[in-house]
Formats: sequence, structure tokens, C-alpha cells
Amino acid sequence: MSSTEPLFREEHDAYREAVRMFVANEINPHAEQWEEQRDYPRELFNKAGAAGLFGAKFDGRWGGTGPDYAAEAVAIEELSRSLSFGTASDLGAHSQLAALYVDRFGDDDQKERYLRPSISGELTGALAVTEPGAGSDVNGIRTRATRDGDDWVLDGSKVFITNGAWSDYVVTAARTSDDPGHENITLFIVDSGSDGLEQRRMKMIAWHTSHTGELFFDQVRVADSNRLGAVGAGFASIMTNFQWERVMMSLSALALADLSLETAIQYAKDRSAFGRPIIKFQVWQHRFADLAVRLRTSKALAYRALRLHIAAEQGHAVPRDELVKVTSMAKLHSQRLAWEIADECVQVHGGAGALKEYPAQRFWRDARVGPIGGGTDDIMRDLIARSLGLGASR
Amino acid sequence: MNLSPFTEEHDLLRTTVREWVAGEIAPNVADWEEQGDFPNDVFRRAGELGFLGLAFPESAGGQGGDYWAQVVFLEEVGRVSQPIAMVLSVQTDMATPPILEFGTEAQIESWLKPALRGELIGAIGITEPDTGSDVASIRTHAERDGDEWVLNGSKMYITNGARADFITMVVRTGEMDEANPWGSISMFIVDTTLPGFSISKKLEKAGMRLSDTALIYMDDVRLPADALLGVEGEGFKQIMWELQGERIGVSIFGVAGARAVLDAAVDYARERMAFGRSIGSFQAVSHRLADMATELEAVQSLVYECCELWNRGVYATEEVAMAKLAVGQMTNKVVDAAVQTLGGAGLVEGEFVSREWLGMRIGRIGGGSDEVQRQILARIMGIA
Repeated sequence: MSSTEPLFREEHDAYREAVRMFVANEINPHAEQWEEQRDYPRELFNKAGAAGLFGAKFDGRWGGTGPDYAAEAVAIEELSRSLSFGTASDLGAHSQLAALYVDRFGDDDQKERYLRPSISGELTGALAVTEPGAGSDVNGIRTRATRDGDDWVLDGSKVFITNGAWSDYVVTAARTSDDPGHENITLFIVDSGSDGLEQRRMKMIAWHTSHTGELFFDQVRVADSNRLGAVGAGFASIMTNFQWERVMMSLSALALADLSLETAIQYAKDRSAFGRPIIKFQVWQHRFADLAVRLRTSKALAYRALRLHIAAEQGHAVPRDELVKVTSMAKLHSQRLAWEIADECVQVHGGAGALKEYPAQRFWRDARVGPIGGGTDDIMRDLIARSLGLGASR
Repeated sequence: MNLSPFTEEHDLLRTTVREWVAGEIAPNVADWEEQGDFPNDVFRRAGELGFLGLAFPESAGGQGGDYWAQVVFLEEVGRVSQPIAMVLSVQTDMATPPILEFGTEAQIESWLKPALRGELIGAIGITEPDTGSDVASIRTHAERDGDEWVLNGSKMYITNGARADFITMVVRTGEMDEANPWGSISMFIVDTTLPGFSISKKLEKAGMRLSDTALIYMDDVRLPADALLGVEGEGFKQIMWELQGERIGVSIFGVAGARAVLDAAVDYARERMAFGRSIGSFQAVSHRLADMATELEAVQSLVYECCELWNRGVYATEEVAMAKLAVGQMTNKVVDAAVQTLGGAGLVEGEFVSREWLGMRIGRIGGGSDEVQRQILARIMGIA
């Protein structure tokens, strides 16, 4: 993946068209109703799986069509451009987090049991790291897994688990040691319905359709065959995968930003004030131009991060520091921007910006998750500062 | 496998340019800035070393490289001095490309080749005392008289204007038609040694002081027939083409300058102690610089996308306007954050960061102001 080679090829355009059709037929016509009900049918996963929306980055051996990370980016962009960002977030958490963890760190048996049905949409997954007492500070999690014969016993709780309120399995990070250092955390695949596991839906101001959940583990027994990766390898696994997650979040936020800007401009064309459409006022023309520039700039950065990831996936030597720096920058740059653009979308709507019947307020609410989830803005700044040789203890 | 657009050949070029800049430019920049002048020798040396025609074809006296070679050149000069990058970019990205693009063989021989050798210094003449962004309203005019053209008018804010041997100039060659103000504009190569050409004033600027910026007058300057560049009446279209390369050029050296300024601020933050520790260890300072580094990285990514398009010969008006606007905004933010990080040291006259702070403000005005870029974009977006 050289820097001058086009990121997307012809087959990607065809794939983009297919995902777009899926969104147009299976999501957008129902979006308003789903938002109202704060729910969508579970069958959407099966439909998405059948349409090939989960398979792009996975090997054919497990039912995927890849690995093709540029195609994966296409799927993310188009799903995130749907009128139901919360729904797209559930689908993303299932595919970008849960299924990807099984693919990366699982053995063949686990892939057969969890990855294959995840790609087809028969099973849905979630990733559970964040806890009431530890979010950005992953090493501070307290959910504990204790060895008991062939099993492990999990105790603790998790919050803000996207898709976790109803997922069929949960890739769960638990503490397996209290030693100093970063080898205390182990990953487990926990089946929904396990005794002692409770999945509860959280009520959020954003992502209304998303099944974001809090999870309670009370003496939940997990077979050692459901341990994902080596004992103590969890922290490193999580840190590695954060990078890909953040690139995907960047593309996702920018797709939402794109939709917000398009919606704002359309409203400015339709709505008149002082005898002419709002769009005829130069301040709005220039504001939109500015936002378009910032959006395009952010996209250039996100695509640069994507290129680095693709190169790394293809086995090229990509310096880890560079990957983390550019990815952190892309995440930081895109999330706040998406919210600012959505905020201007609300602003151009005037009073209608506050009305539920317009999507503007929804974009604005949904975009607000970005600067918090997947590593807050300030965590990104800490990482970037470190790459500059700055920050605490320097 | 190359994650950057630069090849080994470009890297070698970078080393050569860097050595030249370190040896012959960097040690003098502070003095030149204070004197408000620099020697013409800079052009001659750059020409001798082949730096003025890196991306021009060999047949036109250039080095036959791709556009990334020019990127290397502008970056290496830009990281040391924005005004030197600007005066050289006027030569390489503004005054000369239209001669290659629209000129005759004879014009290439008599103007372009010597310019690429650094023997002639060029300028670009668009802005006038009464019209800048609104190019279609220029009033400087040339009238046919037999085989010749008689040129009258004035041009303002002309970089290299006080020292130029020729000015690639847009001029009105017919009556101003309100319905089609673009239709009667043509381009000329104006020989500044001709009678009637005068430098009215060298303008004193707040920043980029080493570069000469002139107000010039043309009083019955008789231009030969072959001074006309390109097609009569198509000057507006031609100058819009020129502005693309100009805007990419200034974007490239702007990013490089911002990178150098940010590096200086980061170094300072790591070394300067306050309250018993380095100021860079304070989260507030480190986060401010992290934000700046992020903005810089994003804008550079966009500029490189533009360079890639330009290198492939794509006339990407939208991306270029975006890059020009984004770079101006970003450099101004970065350099101001750098001054803030340096504290009092950022306000001392004659130092790198304070000098660039003064100079970089021009980036949002010259080559099409921020507002002009927004207007172009609004038009492309179909909203203006």
C-alpha cells in the first residue's frame, strides 16, 4: 500500500454500492420508527451477514471474503452514513470488536464456534472492557477471573458495552493476577445465558437504537476452552486492537459528519428567511465551505491512518510509534469535528434543530459519543504528546 | 514498499537542498530579515544547482523530475525561512509555469530557460492598487499599436517586484464588458527594463521583510508583439490555471514552516524549566502541542493528496482551494501556539519563531485570501 496508490479499487466501488443498497433498503426506511422505539429487530444481523457486511476483513476459511481492510472501511463508512447511527454502532461493535478479537486471538475451535456464525450474523458479539471504576485506564479493571479446575469463575461488572445488552457472547476482559506490570488481564468468551451473567440495557442520550449494556458477572463459570489467547495477554491484545478500532471510529464519525453537512446544506437551500433561502447568505456559504475543508482534511488524515494499517496487515514494516501517533491523531481530529459539524447542522435548522422530527438533533446527540468512546480526546492527546516526547514524567 | 511518496532519488535531492539551505541561506536569514533585503545571488545559486527547474522538462531547461521533487525543494527551504521559500516559489511556481504551459518556443528560450538557470528573476503581476481578489476587475491595460502593445497601469504587492527582470502579468486588452469581465484579459511577459516601467515604491511589511514587495507603474510601456503570453482574451483562464500551482506551492512550504515552528516549540517545552520541571511535562502545554501536531498532520495529509493529484496532471480546483485555506488557518494557529509556549522568548525580535509569526500571517491573505478560497469552494459545492 504505497502512499500514491489509490486506496479504493473498482471492486470496492461495487462493494460500496452493495452496502449502500443495504442501508437504503434495510435500515433507512425504518430508521425513524426504530429511533422512536429505541430498538430494531435482531434479524438485521442475519440480513447484514447474508449481505456480506461482516465478512470483508475475515478469511474465506471462516466464511469471510477477505482479508480486505479497504473493503472493511467501505462497509463502515456506508453503514455509518445510515440514518441510524446507534444501529450502525451495534453492528460495528459486533464486527469490529467482538468478531475481530476472536479472529485475532482465538484458536480454530473458537473461530468455528464464534467467528463463523458472527460473520453470517447467526451470533452477535460484544466486547466488554470498560467498568464503572475504569474506562480509559484499562489496567485498572477489577472484574476478576479465578481458576477453578477446568473452568474460570468471573466476578465483576462492565458498563457502556456496545451491543452488550443482547449479544449472544461477550468477549470479556478480566483480571487474572495482581502483579505489577501489564500481564494481569486475560480475555474470555462468555456466552449469553450463562448462570450468573446479567445483561441489562442502559438508557443513553445518544445512540438510541443501540443495545449498549451494563453487565453483571456473579460467579459466572467459563470453560478454559473459552479463554481467548494466553493468560495475561489481554492488555496487549486490547491495546493492539484499539488502533484498528480508532481508525474505524474515525471513518465512522466522518461519515456521520458528511451526512450532517449534507443535511445542513439541504435545509439551508429549502428554508427561506428575509426573502431568500438561507443558503444565499454568505456567512452560511462560507461556514459550510469551512466545514467541508475541515471534513476533507480530517478524512485525509483518517485515510493516512488506514493506509498504515493496511500496510501493516499486509506484512510491511510500519513503525509501531508512527501507527499509534497517526491513529491517535485521526481519532482526536475526527470525533470533535463530527460533533461540531452536527452542531452547525442543528444551528442552521434554527428552532427545527430542537425538534425530534428532524434528524439534526439526532446527529448532534449521536456524534457526542465520539470524543468519549474508544479512548477520550484527552487520552489521544496524552498519546500524541508522548510521541512528541512531552507529557507527564518527561 | 514505500509509505511515503518520496523515492531514494528524492531523498538524495533533499540532502542536497538541505545542505545548500544550511550553508547559504540559514546563516543569513536573520540579517536579511533585519535589512529587509537579500542578495539576487540566491536565485543564481539555486539556478546553478538546478533547483529552479526541478519539475520542468529537460527540453525547457529543467531537471525533468516529477512534482515530488519540487515538493522536496519547497519543504527544505520552507522549514528554514518562509520568505525565502516564497520568493523562490514565485520564481518556480508562479512566474515561470505559465511560460511553459502557454508560451511559444521563443518565449521558452528567451525567458523560461534563463529563469530556470537563475539568470533572470521573475514575478507574477495580478493585484492592483484597487483590485486584488477580484481579478476580473483589473484596470491595467494594453492597447495594440501596430505590431506592439502599449501598456499602462499599476500593480501592487508584487513579490520580487523591485528586482524582477520580467513580470508575468495579467492585463486588460479590450473594453471592460460588465457582462463578461473575464473576456478581455490577456497575459504578457513584461520586460522590466523597457522604458516607462518604474518601481514606485518598495513596500514596508510587518513580516517577510527580506522579500521585496513593490508597487509598480507602467506608463506607455511599449511591449513587442511576442510579449503576449498564450491566447489574447484568455488571460483570465490562464491566470486561474497559474493560481492552482501557486496555491499548492505556498501550501507545501507553509506546512514545512509550521512543522519547523512546532519542532522548535516542542524542543523548547522539553528544555525550559518552570516550577522545578520541564514545561512540556505539564499536561496543559503538552496537550496544546498535541493538538497542533494533529492539525498539522491532518493538513499535511490533505496537501500531499493535492500534490499527488497535481503530479498526475489533475486540475483539482476543489482540493487546492481546500489545501490553501486549511494551510493558512493551520500555520497561523501553530505559530501562535509556539509563541505562547516560548513565552517572552517568543516575542524577541530576530528569533525564528517570532519572525515566522510575523511572516505566516501573509498566508491567509496572499495568493487568494481565506475568503476567496471559501467563495471558490462554496461555488464548487453549488451553494454560491
